[in-house]
Amino acid sequence: MSSVILRADGTWTADAARLVRDATAEVVAGDIVPLSTYLGLALAVRAQVGVWLAPDSEPGELAAFASEPKLIAVDFPAFKDGRGFSTATLLRGRYGFRGELRAIGDVLIDQLFYLRRVGFTSFALRVDQDPETAVAALRTFTDVYQASVDQPLPYFRRRAALGALL
Amino acid sequence: MYRYDDFDRSIVQERVAQYRNQLERHLAGKIGEDEFRPLRLQNGLYIQRHAPMLRIAAPYGLLSATQMRKLAHIARRYDRGYGHFTTRQNIQLNWVKLEETADILAELASVDMHAIQTSGNCVRNITSDEFAGITRDEIIDPRPLAEILRQWSTFHPEFAYLPRKFKIAVSGSREDRAATAFHDIGLFALRSPSGERGFRVSVGGGMGRTPIIGTVIRDFLPWQEYLNYCEAILRVYNRYGRRDNLWKARIKILVRSLGAEEFARQVEADYTHLAGGQGTVTQEEYERVAAHFVPFVYATGLADAVDTRGDKPFARWIERNVHTHRVTGYRAVVLSLKKTGTAPGDATAEQMDLVADWSERYGFGELRVTHEQNLVLPDVRVDQLFALWHEVRAAGLATPNIGLLTDIISCPGGDFCGLANAKSIPIAQAIQRRFDDLDYVHDLGEIDLNISGCINSCGHHHVGHIGILGVDKDGSEWYQVSLGGADGSSAGNGRVGIGRIIGPSFAADEVPGVIERLIDVYVAQREEGERFVETVARLGIEPFKQGVYGSRKDAHQTLAEVA
Repeated sequence: MSSVILRADGTWTADAARLVRDATAEVVAGDIVPLSTYLGLALAVRAQVGVWLAPDSEPGELAAFASEPKLIAVDFPAFKDGRGFSTATLLRGRYGFRGELRAIGDVLIDQLFYLRRVGFTSFALRVDQDPETAVAALRTFTDVYQASVDQPLPYFRRRAALGALL
Repeated sequence: MYRYDDFDRSIVQERVAQYRNQLERHLAGKIGEDEFRPLRLQNGLYIQRHAPMLRIAAPYGLLSATQMRKLAHIARRYDRGYGHFTTRQNIQLNWVKLEETADILAELASVDMHAIQTSGNCVRNITSDEFAGITRDEIIDPRPLAEILRQWSTFHPEFAYLPRKFKIAVSGSREDRAATAFHDIGLFALRSPSGERGFRVSVGGGMGRTPIIGTVIRDFLPWQEYLNYCEAILRVYNRYGRRDNLWKARIKILVRSLGAEEFARQVEADYTHLAGGQGTVTQEEYERVAAHFVPFVYATGLADAVDTRGDKPFARWIERNVHTHRVTGYRAVVLSLKKTGTAPGDATAEQMDLVADWSERYGFGELRVTHEQNLVLPDVRVDQLFALWHEVRAAGLATPNIGLLTDIISCPGGDFCGLANAKSIPIAQAIQRRFDDLDYVHDLGEIDLNISGCINSCGHHHVGHIGILGVDKDGSEWYQVSLGGADGSSAGNGRVGIGRIIGPSFAADEVPGVIERLIDVYVAQREEGERFVETVARLGIEPFKQGVYGSRKDAHQTLAEVA
C-alpha cells in the first residue's frame, strides 16, 4: 500500500490515510470509510474521517449533511468505469462540495486530465504509475472547449474576453 | 467545411503529442494492452484481422480539397493506396502500422484533421445530412450545430468512459437524411407551433444486435438548449447504463429497461439544473461558427435548366446522381463509389486526388462523404455538369446508380474486419455483377440494399429495404436476408422500419439468385409507381418468402437444417 497521492497542483506525497474497504471494520481518526459506515457515525467522529463512494453510490446521500466531510474519495474499481466522473461532477456542481475530492482504485496516468477537470483534487495513483509522468499528464491540454468543474464557462462564452480572432 | 482557428488547431496538435507519448510508453511496455486499448480506440485505431485499422474523422462528412489530398497522400505513404468511406461519413485505412500511427495523426493535424473519438466508448463522430446547407427543404443549417456539438463532445471529461459507444445525428431538413431514428440521440429539426426552430429529440435508436427505432422523449426542444439536453441524457446514461454486459450496454437497453417515460423523467430532472445556463448556445456563437463554413460566393443569373443534349447516358446520370441545390443554377453531384467490381465505399488515392481537383475546378474546394458511402461535389454549376460528367466517367465514378439496387452499402466485412463473421464485399460485388443491366436496374427504382458482415451492423442491414447479414454457423459463412427496413429518408418515402428476416440463411453463392427472386416477386406484384419497399409494406414478406423458398423445396430443407 505504498501508493502515492498526487495533487492537482502537481505535488505528491506518500499515501498516509487508511482506506477502509470493509463496512464492519473499526474506524479510527484519519480513515477513509465506506458511505454506509460514514452515515452511521456520530457527528463528532464524522468530522475526523473521510468517506469513499462506490461507482453506484448516490452522491445526493451526502448532500443532506450540513457538515460536509473534509475528504470524499470516489472509487474506480476499473479505470474504464466512468461513473465516478459523473459522481464528481455532481458532488462539485450540484451539491457544492468544497473539500478534498480524491480518486481511488484503478487510477492511471492517462485518465488524470479528465479526473482533474471534473473536480478531483487528489489522486491515489495505482502503485505502478510513475508520478513524474503523471504530473505532466495533468497538463495535457492548454485549454478546453466545454465547461466542467475546473472551468465553468464553455470556451464560446470566454473567447470574446480572451480576444480570440474569428 | 469548417475552417479551424488557432484554438481548434492547438487542441488537435496537443492531442497528437498526447497520443505520441502514450504510444511510446505502450511500445516501451509501460502501458499494457488492456490499458492502451481505450487510448488508441479514442484515436481511431483498431487492431484488425491483418493490420491495425485507422478510422479518420470527417466531421459530419465535410472535407476540403486539401484534406482529401492529404488522405490520398496518407493512403499512398502509409497504406496500400486506397481508403474506405464508411456509413458514419468517416474514412478508414486498413493497412497502417502501429508504429507509424502518431506520424499519421500528425500529418492529419497539419490539415486540421484527426481521428478523435472515431471509436471507443465515447461520443463518436457527429453525423448529419450530406446536403446540409445546400438543400431547399432546410429548417436550420445543421452544420454549425453539428460543429458546436463536435467541439462540446471533444474530450468531454465526464463522458469519455461511457458504458458503450454513443452516436448522435443532427438533421436540419424536412427529409431525414441522417437516419436520426437509429442513433443514440437523434436531433430532428422542426418548428414549434409558434414558429421557433428546434429539435424533436429521440433516444435509444440503433442497429447492432438489438435493432430499435429511437423513442421520442421531447417533441420540441429549442435549438439553443441542445447541448444542455444532450448533457442530461449522457449523464443519466453514464450513471445508470449497464456495464456488466457488453451486449446490453448501449443506451437503448437502459431506455427499454427503465421505460421511455421514466428515462425521460430522469433526463428532464437533470436538465432542469442546466436549462438556460452556461451551456445554452447563443445566437452569436451560432453565427460565429456558421461564418467558419465560409459562405461561398455563388454566381447569379445562371439558367437552372440542364440541357441533356439528347445524350442518354448523361441524362441518366443527371437523373440519378445529381441533386437539387438551394441556389439557382447549381447542383450537388454524387460521385458513385459503387461501380461494379469495386468494394462499396472504396476510393483509390488517384481517385481521391481527382475528386479534390474537381471540387476546386467545379466548386469551392469542398467535398462531402455520404452515409451511403459515396462522395458529393456540393456546388457544381449547371452549365459545367456536362464537362464534369466526362471527367468523372473517365475516372470510373459516374455509375448512374445512386439510390438504386447496385448502390449497395457494405461494411468491409471478413476480408478486413476482425469482428466479422462473414465476408461482405464479395457478396456486394456478386450482386452488382448479377444486376449489371442498367436499364433494368433503373426500371426497378429506389432500393436500399445493405450488407453487414456481422451483427454489429456497420453495413446498416437492419434498415436496408433488402438487408443481408453475414452469420457464422459451425465455422462457415451464411447469409440471412431481411426485408422492409427503412431509414426514414425519401428512398423509402420517409418510412422508418427494421427489416424482418425472411427465413433460413443462404450460402454465399446463393445470395445473388435470392436477390433476383425477391426482385422478380416485386416486378410481378408492384402497382404503378410503387417502390420495392412499399410493395413489401403492402403485401408483407409472405409472397417474397414464397418466391425465394417455395419453388425450391429441396434447398429449403437443406437450408432449414443448417439454420
